[in-house]
Amino acid sequence: MSSKKVYQNAHEAMQGILRDGLTILSGGFGICGIAENITEEIKNSKIKDLTVVSNNCGIDGYGLGTLLQTRQIKKMISSYVGENKTFEEQYLNGDLELEFSPQGTLAERCRAGGAGIPAFYTKTGVGTVIADGKETKVIDGVEYIMEKAIKGDLSIIKAWKGDHSGNLIFRKAARNFNPPMAKAGNICVVEVEHLVKIGDLDPDHIHLPGIYVDRIFEGTYTEKKIEFVTLTE
Amino acid sequence: MPWTREEMCSIAAMELKDGYYCNLGIGMPTKVANYIPEGVNVTLQSENGMLGMGPFPKKNQVDADIINAGKQTITELPETSYFDSSDSFAMIRGGHIDLSILGALQVSEEGDLANWMIPGKMVKGMGGAMDLVAGVKKVLILMEHNAKDGQPKLLKKCTLPLTGKSVVNTVITDLGKFDILPNGVKINQAAPNVGIEEIRSRTEATIID
Repeated sequence: MSSKKVYQNAHEAMQGILRDGLTILSGGFGICGIAENITEEIKNSKIKDLTVVSNNCGIDGYGLGTLLQTRQIKKMISSYVGENKTFEEQYLNGDLELEFSPQGTLAERCRAGGAGIPAFYTKTGVGTVIADGKETKVIDGVEYIMEKAIKGDLSIIKAWKGDHSGNLIFRKAARNFNPPMAKAGNICVVEVEHLVKIGDLDPDHIHLPGIYVDRIFEGTYTEKKIEFVTLTE
Repeated sequence: MPWTREEMCSIAAMELKDGYYCNLGIGMPTKVANYIPEGVNVTLQSENGMLGMGPFPKKNQVDADIINAGKQTITELPETSYFDSSDSFAMIRGGHIDLSILGALQVSEEGDLANWMIPGKMVKGMGGAMDLVAGVKKVLILMEHNAKDGQPKLLKKCTLPLTGKSVVNTVITDLGKFDILPNGVKINQAAPNVGIEEIRSRTEATIID
């Protein structure tokens, strides 16, 4: 990987990366903080048989939801499939493999993957179907299940600001799954709302250091979509 | 007279003590925030990565980057902080959250909870519910006493896939407030003019005196 991380747009940033069968780790929660420019590029590339690790799968017709409609995704690892009819239908029809992973376990599996920890024990899911087939262990009288770390070929990440060395700052609740997903991918591509030069970000305010980032570009955005606009009564 | 949904939320809000960090689930539990007694200061956590959740926004305050775990727009407060999802669940799993209020499809007399899927009918996923019930200090369930078809939801054993085993401490329904104890379910408070016989007839779980 070259020391030059900055690319002009999603198409350039994805050159040489996209191929069938990739395992893709996606940041975002619902459609908040999702890498929409990169997702569009993946859709246009028509690569298929993808395994996608993401808390949700976008919504119908937007974000990762578009890759379901084009049937580019073979398997999802997620905690929640609601609010997405295509997801629920393809799963119930048997067209899509789905591994449910509880939300906190999913976040920790990716964090662990990026931190060189192969597995960990957690109380989450003990006594449920999530524990089926997993090793269990009693530690100080409490039962835990072993969850394995997740690593991927490619992390697709959205941040608010990023500099040319890949240092990132996220905005408000759009941070969500982006940092743990960024850490666990072999190659991490980031789209930012504002690409700034080195020195423009306060080192004390960096949320994710540039070591985790391989490629970065400034995305193009119109209006940010919202899943449920809920106003005070 | 069974409690209305508003009254159920208001009874649940009495469980929120001054200084608590709480996580409120999607749906009716979210509304409990509207009934927090005056003088009680509670910090609400949203598991996508926010501590210190404010009320829903006015139209001119809507920000696509400020949403709760139900993906609804909300507002921040002066004391709000943001963090990533792995930190968020470290708070939850690490026992730093005092109380979680969730909805339920079924609760058993041993405190088992089922609230994430109906095989063959409804698949939404567990989201953060399994982590919450495993890690939070106290779990309170807010649900109708019976399903729409009249079936009891407070059971001897859950028949639906579990969210957690022996995790529920208290259940508030339209008929009353119930404590899950080692030997069964104890009526802590009944709704006005709801007799113990009515509760027994509409409950499968063992009601103890």
